[in-house]
Amino acid sequence: MTTQDMTQAAALPARRRSGRMRALLPYLLSLPALVVTIGILIPFGTAVYYSLQRYNLAFPFTRGFIGLDNYAQFVTDPAFWNTVQISLLYTVVTVGVELALGLSMALLLQHRTPVNNLLSVLLILPLMTAPAIAALMWKLMTNPNFGVFSYLVGLAGFTEFRWASSPSTALFTVVLVDVWVYTPFMMILLLAGLRSLPRQPFEAAELDGVPASFVFFRITLPMLTPYIITASLFRMLDAIQQFDIIYAMTQGGPGDRLMVFQVQAYLEAFTFTNIGRSAAFLMVLWAITFILSNLFIKQWLKLRERTHRAA
Amino acid sequence: MQHTSWHWRLFKGICLALISLFFLFPILWVLLMSFQTNEDILRVPPSPFFTPTLDNYRALIAGELTGAGSTLKIAYMKNIWNSFVLSACSVLLSLLLGVPAAYAFARYRFRLGENIAFTLLSFRFAPPLLVLLPLLLYFQDLGLYDTYFGLIWVYQLITLPLILWIVRGYFEDVSPDIEHAYRIDGHSWLRSFLKIAVPLARPGIAAAALLAFIFAWNNFVFALILGSSDVQPVTVGALAFITASGIQYGQIAAGLVLSVIPTFVLALVMQRYLVEGLSLGAVKG
Repeated sequence: MTTQDMTQAAALPARRRSGRMRALLPYLLSLPALVVTIGILIPFGTAVYYSLQRYNLAFPFTRGFIGLDNYAQFVTDPAFWNTVQISLLYTVVTVGVELALGLSMALLLQHRTPVNNLLSVLLILPLMTAPAIAALMWKLMTNPNFGVFSYLVGLAGFTEFRWASSPSTALFTVVLVDVWVYTPFMMILLLAGLRSLPRQPFEAAELDGVPASFVFFRITLPMLTPYIITASLFRMLDAIQQFDIIYAMTQGGPGDRLMVFQVQAYLEAFTFTNIGRSAAFLMVLWAITFILSNLFIKQWLKLRERTHRAA
Repeated sequence: MQHTSWHWRLFKGICLALISLFFLFPILWVLLMSFQTNEDILRVPPSPFFTPTLDNYRALIAGELTGAGSTLKIAYMKNIWNSFVLSACSVLLSLLLGVPAAYAFARYRFRLGENIAFTLLSFRFAPPLLVLLPLLLYFQDLGLYDTYFGLIWVYQLITLPLILWIVRGYFEDVSPDIEHAYRIDGHSWLRSFLKIAVPLARPGIAAAALLAFIFAWNNFVFALILGSSDVQPVTVGALAFITASGIQYGQIAAGLVLSVIPTFVLALVMQRYLVEGLSLGAVKG
């Protein structure tokens, strides 16, 4: 009998007790994290309940359960459809531009030269700027009196270009800030994707003298697709919920030009004290993000699986 | 793939230069403005040549703005301090809660395990206002409105999923064999967790913590709704400051510069781990 056998024999009763412990252990370990976040599920339930009420802080005595009336009113409410339209437009345009620009940047920076390495670090800085702060930076630079961008577009002949304060250019301006902040996100994810692709197909294509456009559309793009889909869905989830940039820049104005979901809901609640209607707006937004996040998590898991299998 | 012809390389060079200009010029210009007097800023055409002054920073740090014959008290430094307190405490709490949970999800297949992990992840994607609106009314009843404690709790929505999913990936990549060997030697589970598993995952834990700090620092909407100026971080403080200070543009620029320095420094230190953090642990850089 070796000493190892003896220690194992002696450890047996303890082992049985620890077996029960072992089964509980993962629950014990994850419970605190869950308890802290579960506190957040309660407010979520409350928000659903608010959305089914007539609930305006200015008229407390009219508060009452009205079922789906808040939602039913949306059908004929131009403010609601304006919000849907602006939010979708904002999401499609920002994510589209960021994808095209981010992909181009990733392709340009793909090879590890000293200049490319330096640039890929520096170009991340906008992403590290808080979106609210970024909006204020751009607000300073588009100021009609001294803003450097106002001056530059003036030189180009657009002397009446009023950036975020004009209804015709407000959306363009906040999209520009969003693109400035979030394109680096696309860039570094796609850059990591490009650099993780297997080399053989590219080497074979080069040996055969295949034209670059063919390589890009038939090899690079298909192999990069999982990264493109994951990054785009991630960005869409954030873009449809954009609040910081628009609130810091114009608070939803001029007029109702930039009333995306969260800005509209914020003003409903805090300016018009209409809690029920605000909650209904947010529930519609939640339904959209729920669908998007399910799509996203599927793609994200696939990518995660692949990365960790490769490790 | 290799295009070595000179005009293709020139074209790529021009593209890169224009892109760099677009993304870096605003940072550079606001930095320059922060060293200018208001007269310099208001001069037309705008010029990058001027005599630099530190007065804007001095005024911010002293907490007093003088202009147009009046003095305005500001608490911008307090906002920056609040950002530090909120971000650092949120990350510490997330580490305490998240690292053991990450270990559980990585090492054990247990019933409800994946459900719990995804519930925590899905919080990252819900519209924040949906939670904040009812939470504001609860917080006012519970006395948590306008407290560090209340905000740190809500900040877990940002920091906890990040830490949980990145650290989980690190634990999964470390083979459990070493821990098993250590336990067969008669050491308790707790000791093997603290002496073997955590040290092996330490680079991942550090990366996740610093990234979570950046995300917490950049948050805006939580404190906008759940706190007054006493506890508000610099993101909210900057907006209020702009409204209050009116035309002190140099000081506004200096304030914006101060607010981004911590995240810029961390990003440069952390660049190797940024991809992993931004993709919540799905992609490695």
